[in-house]
Amino acid sequence: MPSSTAHPGPRLIDIGGLGALIEVLVADGYQVIGPAVQDGAIVLRELSSAAELPYGWGVRLEPGGYQLRRREDTAAFGHAAGPQSWKRFLHPPRERLWSATRTAAGFEVSEDRDEPRYAFLGVRPCDLRAIEIQDRVLGQPGSRYARRRSGTFVIAVNCTEPGETCFCTSMGTGPSAGDSGYDLALTELAGEDGHRFVAEIGSQQGAEIFDRVPSEPASDAIVRGARSAVEAAADRMGRQMEAGDLRELMAGSHGAARWDDVAARCLTCGNCTMACPTCFCTTVEDTTDLTGEHAERWELWDSCFDLDFSYLHGGSVRTSDRSRYRQWLTHKLGTWHDQFGSSGCVGCGRCIVWCPVGIDLTEEVKALRAERAGGAEREES
Amino acid sequence: MTAVRDTTAPAPPMWPAGYLVAGRTEETSDTVTLRLRPAGDPIEPPRPGQFTMLYAFGVGEVPVSVSGIGQGEVLVQTIRAVGAVTRALCAAQPGDMIGVRGPFGTDWQVGGADGRDVLIVAGGIGLAPLRPVLMAALAERARYDRVVLLVGARSPGDLIFTHEFETWRRRGADVRVTVDHSLAGWDGRVGLVTGLINDAIADPARTAAFVCGPEIMMLLSARALADAGVRQIRVSLERNMRCGVALCGHCQLGPLLVCRDGPCVSYAEAAPLLAIREL
Repeated sequence: MPSSTAHPGPRLIDIGGLGALIEVLVADGYQVIGPAVQDGAIVLRELSSAAELPYGWGVRLEPGGYQLRRREDTAAFGHAAGPQSWKRFLHPPRERLWSATRTAAGFEVSEDRDEPRYAFLGVRPCDLRAIEIQDRVLGQPGSRYARRRSGTFVIAVNCTEPGETCFCTSMGTGPSAGDSGYDLALTELAGEDGHRFVAEIGSQQGAEIFDRVPSEPASDAIVRGARSAVEAAADRMGRQMEAGDLRELMAGSHGAARWDDVAARCLTCGNCTMACPTCFCTTVEDTTDLTGEHAERWELWDSCFDLDFSYLHGGSVRTSDRSRYRQWLTHKLGTWHDQFGSSGCVGCGRCIVWCPVGIDLTEEVKALRAERAGGAEREES
Repeated sequence: MTAVRDTTAPAPPMWPAGYLVAGRTEETSDTVTLRLRPAGDPIEPPRPGQFTMLYAFGVGEVPVSVSGIGQGEVLVQTIRAVGAVTRALCAAQPGDMIGVRGPFGTDWQVGGADGRDVLIVAGGIGLAPLRPVLMAALAERARYDRVVLLVGARSPGDLIFTHEFETWRRRGADVRVTVDHSLAGWDGRVGLVTGLINDAIADPARTAAFVCGPEIMMLLSARALADAGVRQIRVSLERNMRCGVALCGHCQLGPLLVCRDGPCVSYAEAAPLLAIREL
């Protein structure tokens, strides 16, 4: 787990050092999860070596669109958020909670304990903050999430390549990883001077692992170069979202006409909730085998866009598309503060990219704000 | 009130404790009261108004309010058969095992009625979570002034706990019953339960009201109470409670996670939320 003790200054590793880092983690029994090209996208999956990283691949993003593109350099982390996020591993889409067996007295329940030990390689600053948000939702001590999370080794990668749908600067979550929430943080330099990484140590465990990787001190000039590349990324965000008033805006917009407008486009497919790195809702399925002697409970990701989500006997509470989109957006940007002490949005842009009709929440927020301002003007005049 | 998640509190268990059916009473054609005795370690004792998640082996789990706590940590729970899980629970026979998680949620805060008139307004099966309020008031009858229970149901056949009404009256409760639609043989009141409210209030400033039933009945009853000058009104909300521990997101009502911040809330808190359609 990250700690706040002082660590050695920035170090420099080359591409061989990155490979060595993965080898050290694998040797220590970690399942290393990182980016790789698969099925026309950059996915997150288990890596057995650095050779599987998406060297030289970037992405082109737009509302409702995602395409791989060839980069001019060989950067391994020169791509913005992909279709998946780290919640897939910390908060799996489908897992068995327990099983039960019929006995003479009734039944006996035994809890499932699956405790993988993950090392996450290439966590973007926006996703780092997303993990911290899920920590506040799901991370009560002793929970399955907390057990998985406390064993996870995190290697962040500062962002030097924001996408066309990114707005982390608006949400205060990037493009720098800052100085907490990771064991190691890398800044990738893939320019003419060679392919190297400036590495910063974020925890004692990070220091211990990094000690076993060949590295050299990073010169001030290189560190400055790395910092300015991250600072420059802040000016290249494809989107912006004014965030200061979102909580109040959401609380005061329940009757907005804009919800009808967005409902006319929204397919209520729930893609945004699956792609979102903080959406956490789940449902459970109880099953039995054919003999009826053995029962199981499974937990599955669920979506507030599903008609059944709000089901009470007699019918669902939120039947209209309007009310379901409103629930998602007002929760994400508004009532999340009431429930978990922060916004639920980190500005990663996944919900914009993976919406099949290209609904852009930054546009929806702008429209809601304009409608509110218009209403206020009408009231004054 | 919504409170920001305390991430230092230990996570609650997600698996059920085994309870054996010790008694079964058919209340109506579709409603059954089960007495459940712990087979092993019991759950924490529920407070009036809290609910549990009841599990029928292999079929599923549903939220059910606690309608009583008996000797030997026996749970009394009243279930209406409206789906696969509730049908399985209603069919459970003495000796069968039921899974129980809980207790969950906020309570009625019966202590807030000390020295006051207790006014309980129940619609249909809404009487189930209110029964522990009445039990608490009757157990320490001297602490309260008047104890009035208004019960409404769609028809005489939909009334629950009818076999207990006379006992409650003997122990000092003023029980008044009405049905929306009469049937042959019914010689009691006919009309909505809201129609009984005004007559039941002696001094609105000294009345603590507890209301549970279908949402529209709660809204109209709470409004009638407020119009009559009653300020201390609590209602019990129903949303799709699945996990019981504010993790699954299903039971949201605006900022509230009803399984944790409810089900029992003040009418002042509930009214603006229930006023928004499809919130």
